[in-house]
Amino acid sequence: MNNNFDFQGYTCPVPIQPKDTVMLGHGSGGKLSHDLINRLFLPELGKAAPRALDDSAVLTLNGQRLAFTTDSHVVSPLFFPGGDIGRLAICGTVNDLAMAGAKPYALTCGFVVEEGLSFEILQRVVQSMREAAAEAGVFIAAGDTKVVQKGGADKLFINTSGIGTIADGINISGANAKLGDVVIVSGSIGDHGIAVLSAREGLGFETALESDVAPLNYLVDAMLNAGEVHVLRDPTRGGLATSLVEISEQSNAAIEIDEQTLPFKPAVKAACEMLGFDPLFIANEGKLVAFVKESDADKVLDAMKKTKYGGDAAVIGRVIEAGKSQVRLKTAIGGTRLVDMLPGEMLPRIC
Amino acid sequence: MKFIDEYRNPEKVKSLLREIEAITTHPWTLMEICGGQTHAFLHHGLDEMLPGEIELVHGPGCPVCVTPLEQIDKAIAIASRPEVIFTSYGDMLRVPGSSQDLFSVRAKGGDVRVVYSPLDAVQIAEVNPDKQVVFFAIGFETTAPANAMAVMQARQRGVHNFSVLISHVCVPPAMEAILGSKNNRVQAFLAAGHVCAVMGYHEYPQIAAKYKVPIVVTGFEPVDLLVGVLAAIKQLEAGKAEVENAYERTVSFNGNPSAQEMINTVFQPVDRKWRGIGSIPQSGLGLRPEFTEFDAEERFSVGEIVTQESPLCIAGEILQGMKKPPQCSAYGKECTPQSPLGAPMVSAEGACSAYYRYHRSEVTT
Repeated sequence: MNNNFDFQGYTCPVPIQPKDTVMLGHGSGGKLSHDLINRLFLPELGKAAPRALDDSAVLTLNGQRLAFTTDSHVVSPLFFPGGDIGRLAICGTVNDLAMAGAKPYALTCGFVVEEGLSFEILQRVVQSMREAAAEAGVFIAAGDTKVVQKGGADKLFINTSGIGTIADGINISGANAKLGDVVIVSGSIGDHGIAVLSAREGLGFETALESDVAPLNYLVDAMLNAGEVHVLRDPTRGGLATSLVEISEQSNAAIEIDEQTLPFKPAVKAACEMLGFDPLFIANEGKLVAFVKESDADKVLDAMKKTKYGGDAAVIGRVIEAGKSQVRLKTAIGGTRLVDMLPGEMLPRIC
Repeated sequence: MKFIDEYRNPEKVKSLLREIEAITTHPWTLMEICGGQTHAFLHHGLDEMLPGEIELVHGPGCPVCVTPLEQIDKAIAIASRPEVIFTSYGDMLRVPGSSQDLFSVRAKGGDVRVVYSPLDAVQIAEVNPDKQVVFFAIGFETTAPANAMAVMQARQRGVHNFSVLISHVCVPPAMEAILGSKNNRVQAFLAAGHVCAVMGYHEYPQIAAKYKVPIVVTGFEPVDLLVGVLAAIKQLEAGKAEVENAYERTVSFNGNPSAQEMINTVFQPVDRKWRGIGSIPQSGLGLRPEFTEFDAEERFSVGEIVTQESPLCIAGEILQGMKKPPQCSAYGKECTPQSPLGAPMVSAEGACSAYYRYHRSEVTT
């Protein structure tokens, strides 16, 4: 059979992909999100925002530098192991401010509520917001509520905006990574994404894993007091891989990380093996990645380890070359490969 | 992690690499059949650690990559209907048809859902009796038993609003097609461990004998892959062409008889088109006549959709190992995972996608 089969006669299609609608992947935090921002939002709205790709904008007002940011939260389910949409909404914005090296000062919150949501659920979410804000030492300065008819939103969406002050001498940006900088993560990677995934219906697996959702501003304080920090980022949607690629591109620097030093909880590794996910793409909500001046790395790492949310901090790599944007991974068995951004939506494999 | 870490042990990997290097005296070309193996080689950086004499070419064992364009177009036509809940393994949603993909159908309001098991799709059908629930049954012999079981359960439980759009393919006919090609470069196969876990490897001795190629059943972890490579190189260096099992902890000669029985109860061999390769006789599975009531193609009258594939991408040559992704002029330029031109750039198991993710910078020439 097929003894004279000639493959050269056969070719693969070049389909035309329409790009006329927004897809879920545009909100994944990965490449599609970047495309949307760079092609649509920045040209129209971002001309005056030189650091629009950092977690917070940095504005100077009467000589005081301010960090200013906003974040919308649409997580499903509203309550998941280790957290809920309320805690997430506070921590997300507090952390975006902290990643600019700012001390968070005040937040606003906007609620979009679907008709039919029980007061009991709303009350629990708001209580959780109060507790998280108290933990982070911020207050809610203003708020807004909109109710949409059944089906107009999925139960509850929360937007928070925040403002904070940046002390003199602090200069943190994704564009500041320098040759020799040491790359540190504040703890285990991927906990939040897997915890939320396991809480979703229909996945057929359960885990004792809890989301890491937490305010990181006191951790950042401790780091800034301990040494010279160049870059801070919280690897939320798109995961650590996407954050590292962003930083590498913004700073035009090559980063090498060592697979063996990456802190993963066994449950995260196991879930990723089963579902065919790369843990480097899984979201975190209470972790940060920092690029620290080489000579200060030990001091910063020690300071992190003494804080509530930095106990498992670890050095995972360094900036190995300037003038070249690339993230490389030394694999556990001694090979090397590239690390790329999450391309679109994260999809489980087939078999 | 237990049961995985020992197969990723750096010391074992190093010692196997030394052994392979010591016995390799000639250049050899091996094909790993399965996309999962391609992915593992590149994910662990293992391809670059092998001696330069050994060339790996990447086989057609990526279910997403070989599902033909017209099946995708049929899926899109069915999923676009208002009465349909279309269910699929996640990877298939991004595969472009002639004008759009299933993601776009969902963005336009179609009810397209990712499921982890076809049995979930049967359940969705049970709780949505006023909807038609269709499962996109693709893949090799690995996914066939579960898909067969879904059809059997739907019949047993009287779930008549469930159907399957089938694009099942089988490995041995593809191996023969590759070996029989006049352009063939493959000198030994690393057979797909997961497929063999279901089917065994009793179909392989006649292929090894007829085409005089070693066939080594191989797993997916670094140590498994290197044990497979070592066995293949040993045979090549000794001029042998035998079938060997280098994945004994999972695979037996006769495979899993109850899974095979399930496949044979529901499916029968049919001619099947492979994306980028063409039609291979008796290379696929279709529903047996007694199960055609579950055939989505008949239920939604999409059997007439025939799509011609336009000749602009070299996936055909890539899927049978004649060329490597970087040798394509569109690779990494017009063709990326965000806007794939060909299926091998779509799936996580596709060779082009694996190269793009793990080796892009070295190969954009």
